[in-house]
Amino acid sequence: MGFYFAQFLTGLASASALFLVASGLSIIFGVTRIVNFAHGSLYMVGAYLAYSVVNWLPHGVFGFWAAVVIAALAVGVLGAVVEFVLLRHLYRSPELFQLVATFGVVLVIQDAALAIWGPEDIVGPRAPGLDSVVRIFGEPIPEYDLALIVIGPTVLLAVWLVLNRTRWGTLVLAATQDREMAAALGINQTLLFTSVFFLGAFLAGLGGALQIPRETISLLMDLNVIAEAFVVVVIGGMGSVPGAFLAAAIIGELNAFGVLVFPQVTIVLAFLVMAVVLVLRPQGLLGRPEIHAHAPAHVREAPLQPFGHRQRLAVATVIVLLAALPMVAGDFTLVLATDILVFAVFAASLQFIMGTGGMVSFGHAAYFGLGAYGAALVVKHLGGGMVSGLVAAPLAAGLGALLFGWFCVRLSGVYLAMLTLAAAQIVWATAFQWQEVTGGDDGILGVWPPGWLADRTAYYYLALVVCCGAILALRRIVYAPFGYVLRGGRDAPLRMAAIGIDLRRHQWFAFVIAGVFAGIAGGIYVYSKGSVFPDELAIPRSVNGLIMVLFGGIQTILGPIVGALTFTVLEDQLSRLEYWRAILGAVILFVVLIAPQGIVGGLARLADAVTDRSMREAER
Amino acid sequence: MSVLQVTGLAKSFGGLKAVDDVSFAVEPGELLAVIGPNGAGKTTCFNMISGQLRADAGTVRFDGTDISRWPARKIWRLGVGRTFQITATAPSMTVRENVQLALLSHHRKSSNLWRPATTMYQDEADRLLDRVGMVEQAARAAGVLAYGDLKRLELAIALAHAPKLLLLDEPTAGMAPGERTNLMALIANIVADEVISVLFTEHDMDSVFGHADRILVLNRGQVLAEGSVDEVRNDARVRAVYLGGGGTYGGSAPNA
Amino acid sequence: MLEVNGINAYYGRAHILHDVSLGVGGGEVVALLGRNGSGKTTTLKTIMQIVPPETGSVHFDGEAITSLATYKVCRKGIGYVPEDRRIFSNLSVAKNLEAGRLPARAGLAEWTEDKLFKLFPNLRERRGNLGHQLSGGEQQMLSIARTLMGNPKLLLLDEPSEGIAPVIVEQMVRTIAELKTQGLSILLSEQNLHFARLVADRAYILETGSIKFAGTLQELESRPEVRDAFLAV
Repeated sequence: MGFYFAQFLTGLASASALFLVASGLSIIFGVTRIVNFAHGSLYMVGAYLAYSVVNWLPHGVFGFWAAVVIAALAVGVLGAVVEFVLLRHLYRSPELFQLVATFGVVLVIQDAALAIWGPEDIVGPRAPGLDSVVRIFGEPIPEYDLALIVIGPTVLLAVWLVLNRTRWGTLVLAATQDREMAAALGINQTLLFTSVFFLGAFLAGLGGALQIPRETISLLMDLNVIAEAFVVVVIGGMGSVPGAFLAAAIIGELNAFGVLVFPQVTIVLAFLVMAVVLVLRPQGLLGRPEIHAHAPAHVREAPLQPFGHRQRLAVATVIVLLAALPMVAGDFTLVLATDILVFAVFAASLQFIMGTGGMVSFGHAAYFGLGAYGAALVVKHLGGGMVSGLVAAPLAAGLGALLFGWFCVRLSGVYLAMLTLAAAQIVWATAFQWQEVTGGDDGILGVWPPGWLADRTAYYYLALVVCCGAILALRRIVYAPFGYVLRGGRDAPLRMAAIGIDLRRHQWFAFVIAGVFAGIAGGIYVYSKGSVFPDELAIPRSVNGLIMVLFGGIQTILGPIVGALTFTVLEDQLSRLEYWRAILGAVILFVVLIAPQGIVGGLARLADAVTDRSMREAER
Repeated sequence: MSVLQVTGLAKSFGGLKAVDDVSFAVEPGELLAVIGPNGAGKTTCFNMISGQLRADAGTVRFDGTDISRWPARKIWRLGVGRTFQITATAPSMTVRENVQLALLSHHRKSSNLWRPATTMYQDEADRLLDRVGMVEQAARAAGVLAYGDLKRLELAIALAHAPKLLLLDEPTAGMAPGERTNLMALIANIVADEVISVLFTEHDMDSVFGHADRILVLNRGQVLAEGSVDEVRNDARVRAVYLGGGGTYGGSAPNA
Repeated sequence: MLEVNGINAYYGRAHILHDVSLGVGGGEVVALLGRNGSGKTTTLKTIMQIVPPETGSVHFDGEAITSLATYKVCRKGIGYVPEDRRIFSNLSVAKNLEAGRLPARAGLAEWTEDKLFKLFPNLRERRGNLGHQLSGGEQQMLSIARTLMGNPKLLLLDEPSEGIAPVIVEQMVRTIAELKTQGLSILLSEQNLHFARLVADRAYILETGSIKFAGTLQELESRPEVRDAFLAV
């Protein structure tokens, strides 16, 4: 009994920190509609800063709490600066750009923290005056945990009062619902949004600073907390602070008790709860369904045109050139070229689901990784050859997409994106924790092609045939009736049921197709590397896919190929440098701000703008 | 037998009774207008009949079949077409592609992954577009069409599967008088040629009084009155809650 | 008071407004007539700088407001009531009004919640209700009341009679007359000529983004060919 109660209190204490991060994320999303990937980074910076300030201030009760508040305020300012310099320019961009931009911030902050605090994990100080335990039902409970249990609801109350009892809060809620209307009523949104970012970042910083007596401070804190915070926000309802509290408590308790029953799968449990909540109550536990969503007017794409003779000729030329590559290139270039082909398929499958299908996936790495693991597992456990491995890859990915897709297509927009992320985290956690089968962190080694393909050039030709075939097949699907349905469903979902189409089923099928093609890419990838690790399923891999699509331009079918080329070469060049993440982050931010239509889309826009201008001038 | 028989239809949104015990019928070849203020439940009724929304209570019979719990796509297959108040066409597809999409569904080809769709049912699509006077614009993106043309495109899409009943939600809203008359005449022609029944909502009283065979008046989710054009426009209760003194619309004689 | 000079506006590549010029004098009620898609809403949004014009200028009280942020345009004294009301449906009536509140303007009586409840008596009993619990007519009144809380000198009303029962429209006619006697200038977009006739001093007709007629309502009455060509009467 006492043990379970103690466990319950531990759960609540963890919930407090989670609530602080998630409530900040939720408030920011509610008002600005930005899914802030960098929110975990703000949490991490809060922890590091608090550690430094504690050491700098005189030791004692006052010093500790002053450090916590100073760190939180500093993080608040950092958040406001990020908003002011970067995100302010992205409010009208599609969510993909915002997400990728905030991921750029994640990369920059990661390297900044590495430069300032070094790569070693840091053990934080105890909280003076709260560093012993009290016995409740005979079980030792850390005093600091009790303090956290009090702090959580106190912050909830304070935030609730600010939002519901002040004019600022009324304006925030008004802007949450309809930004354009709020501006037309004289509300200065720029100021409002910056202040909202300050508050949200302050809460994240507070959450991080309060964690230092409980958790070692490390460079992994950011992405670890962000996935969980997403889950909390989605379960609670986007934009709902009480919802975030409730969901944090649920997740905190789930972790505290789940660890007793299934120590291996606590992460999976949290995501399962999220999947169930989203399917039963898509707007989250305390979220409100959107009654009037006034999305900013965006530029519509032009209808797709089938390739003419010139385009066909160009494609054929490129394929011939690629086939000729081994004559001039060395092994090293061929390895890079194979990577590019693999990622071109990966990005094309992601573009298919996002651009044609209109379903933004934040977790597409799941299917890439499932393909890679599918092939590797066949080799490792069934002793299968390469052919069976390459068949197993799309099969495993397709089955995964069949399962997760069933949940995902029941949602749309950001919620769908979150669920895809959650699905990817489930797969990642399984691969990471199921040591006996997947090898856990050590991965699966020795997945090599048979002798006749061991040569780099031979394998390159295999990759070339499979990948070009895959991309052309995807393109064909886009122009087939099925592609019409997807485009129609993306543009006018209401219409589909009114012309007898089961849109959800088609979208589910599209999800599976995208999964299968990502799986093909994963299969080719694993045989070129000879091994697979859980990293192939992790958030950065998914984001890399998004970046490739974004580099190429989301609504151009050839874009992903250009994106994969650019990104893979860029990463290859940069990763030799010391602070390559920060540089990559800066490049991402640059592209998002300067060429929001991507490289291919940007060039097309440029051509359009030139003709537009001359058209307009001719009109006058 | 009535084409459409609605009995005791009801729907609430969070305690607010949007549609409250509504019953009516549509006869073959009849044009029935549904009028009433915004929020009276007209569109909610349409959405329940066409399966976009599930009714809390009541039954909807189409050609004698109870379709009350059916999903929208099955109701469509049975022969109910509809247009939307806020037009629901795919802006990034061409006018022709929008119609082809409906035809692909009608011919059960929507899951085909391989055949290029551009050439499928192209002639059939153009015939439908010709019928509503849109064939010259077939290759334009739906997103750049003028408002009245979008309404016409909606009509062409709704006709793709040769429906027996058409639900038209404000078919002529925002059109000029000339266009309006033309479109209403076109609809009347189609009704006569193919014995389609039409249920339509309109805010423009002149269109309603000019073209409807019968009128149903909804107010706060309930049927306030039902009858011929003259019965409804002279009904004291309808004048009190909806029509008013006639000064804010063309309270003159019908211009049919 | 308001001067719009030769504005051109675009949505993406679509050219929506072509050299639109119009003016509203102090204490005047002006109707902007035209059917759906003719550019009425865009014109009002251009004045508010929600859709900034590509070329041309907008002056208010002799001051250029082109390229100002929307909230600054509002603070200069232009209130905007959008076509679809766009009340904050998750906020109460009282909070909707609070969201619209701006400081009083020198030399003008300040709008208060109480004064507005006198103008729109239905709203008083609905004070604690959430926006989405109101009927369409009540939402329209709340939308106007919310904008009046900003103490505007000029009110832009986008299709105030659209989708409202004719009886409520008659009430709207009285409200607009009342606002006019209090010295407010009003520019309203309308499709309903009968309504415009009852409230407006002057009218413009907009068709495919260009002004096709400018004059008094009497002049418009005397030219049925203009009326029939461009209006959905």
